[in-house]
Amino acid sequence: MSINNYIFLASALFSIGVIGVLTRRNAIIIFMCVELMLNAVNLLLVAFSKMHYLTASVIDHTTKAGTDGQIFVFFIMVVAAAEVSVGLAIIVMMYRNIHSVDVNFLNRLKH
Amino acid sequence: MNLIILSAVWGLIMMYGGVVSKRKSTPKILAIVGISILLITNLLEYYNLFAIHVDVKGMLKFTPFGLVFNSIVLLSMLFYFLLSTEDFDKVGAYPSEYYALIFFVLCGIGLASSFDTLLMLFLGIEIISIPLYILAGSDKKNLKSNEASLKYFLMGSFSTGVMLMGIAFLYGATGTFYIDAMNLGTGHLQPMVAIGIVLLMIALAFKVSAAPFHFWTPDVYDGSPTVFTSFMATIVKVGGFVAFLRLFDNAFGKMQSEWQTLIAIITAATLLIGNVTAVFQQSVKRMLAYSSIAQAGFMMFAIFALNTFAREGLILYSAAYCIATIGIFAILAKMKDYTFEGFNGLAKSHPALAFMNTVFLLSLAGIPLTAGFFSKYYMLIGAVKNGNQIWLVVFAVLMAAVSAYYYFRVIQAMYFREGNAEVAPVSGRFQTILAVATILVIILGIFPSLLTDLLYY
Repeated sequence: MSINNYIFLASALFSIGVIGVLTRRNAIIIFMCVELMLNAVNLLLVAFSKMHYLTASVIDHTTKAGTDGQIFVFFIMVVAAAEVSVGLAIIVMMYRNIHSVDVNFLNRLKH
Repeated sequence: MNLIILSAVWGLIMMYGGVVSKRKSTPKILAIVGISILLITNLLEYYNLFAIHVDVKGMLKFTPFGLVFNSIVLLSMLFYFLLSTEDFDKVGAYPSEYYALIFFVLCGIGLASSFDTLLMLFLGIEIISIPLYILAGSDKKNLKSNEASLKYFLMGSFSTGVMLMGIAFLYGATGTFYIDAMNLGTGHLQPMVAIGIVLLMIALAFKVSAAPFHFWTPDVYDGSPTVFTSFMATIVKVGGFVAFLRLFDNAFGKMQSEWQTLIAIITAATLLIGNVTAVFQQSVKRMLAYSSIAQAGFMMFAIFALNTFAREGLILYSAAYCIATIGIFAILAKMKDYTFEGFNGLAKSHPALAFMNTVFLLSLAGIPLTAGFFSKYYMLIGAVKNGNQIWLVVFAVLMAAVSAYYYFRVIQAMYFREGNAEVAPVSGRFQTILAVATILVIILGIFPSLLTDLLYY
């Protein structure tokens, strides 16, 4: 399959995530949209990694090209996990104080 | 390398120090000792005397620029800790956790000032950001602090997603994460490289709060506990800028003509929005938040110009901006009332504090004989030498004139208004340290080469 299909799929997922972050008002859903963005990047990195491997392996059969893309994906997963743990803690802290996870509520506090 | 390893280790020591010893003074002493050790080892690494060597496979590169920058950050941190340890106790019951998180942020700054692959850039930016989400929300019962923390978290993770997408596209176009191996700038611009550069530019503009991606800044800075606002607005912001400069200098420097106009627009918008909005603020804390956006506009000149003046200017700007802003925030944290009226008559009751505050504010406004003047001068001369978009320099000078208005409002309130400013008791030690910072600001304003010469050791 051509690389363009993967780029298209990843861009679509990423755009859905961006639109979700910008339009939704529920903190948990915004958070899920951010995760969707990160996973679109993971998909794209793996696809590019395979692409670079295939182009390099034509010349050299034992090439290691493309492995760093897949390693990057693991780093993204680790960082995303750290972000989830901090982010959910923040959302729970907010829920304890106002019994809601609606982002609009917070904007009322502006002076 | 020293900074990266030792700050991570010292963060753990701080964390468990709070478990082992229940005495209130232990975390303060540990933090000040830790930052002094980091500063000394970093300076030793600069003179090649003592450096921990780890094989990083070329992922990090330690240049004099990065090491001098680290030293400035650590010196400002030393001032920050000496001035604000008392405020840490007011925020929560377990201050050693906050110190630990701050040391982890310093580890991220060490990565941001020395990365040589996009992987390390990503990790550095994330290690800086994640502890800050917690610090912003550390006042758990305060709704404003909750709001700040949630907003910072959502915006921060959003910009991380954008940055990663940019990195993925660059990887697709070049097949490597190593900045040296990318070899951009030969031939015509590929669409994937263009998308990657624009997305990285947006993400880093988010992190350094440059317009039009600045909208989270005032709420976050206003809502967070003052002592952490001071940290976020200074150390973290210049850390973001050094990553920005390194990336655009080393990786995209050769294709500057392609993206320079975009940076010029971001710079102009940041200067305009930061300065004009700051004029209308009633709270000094919120005014300082907008002023930090305005100062970010001046620091953007380093990325616009990308020459020796820009690099020297960023070093000088980080020192001038960090020390002055930390000093102003330390005084602000002692005030009962954060509005401009709260400063009325401070000169009568506390002449020394008022004088030092004046010097810091003058430095931020860029008045000669203070460090702020030469840092702005270097930035603008860099843009003039670069030669493109001279209108931007004229615009920046105009905006610097606007900024004088709101800085002088505080000075006017302190000296020429009647009133009794309520100030929490200040110790003699606090005033002495502030005086040292003031002298440093004036010395850098007279001999800026003391700092810039260090880059060519």
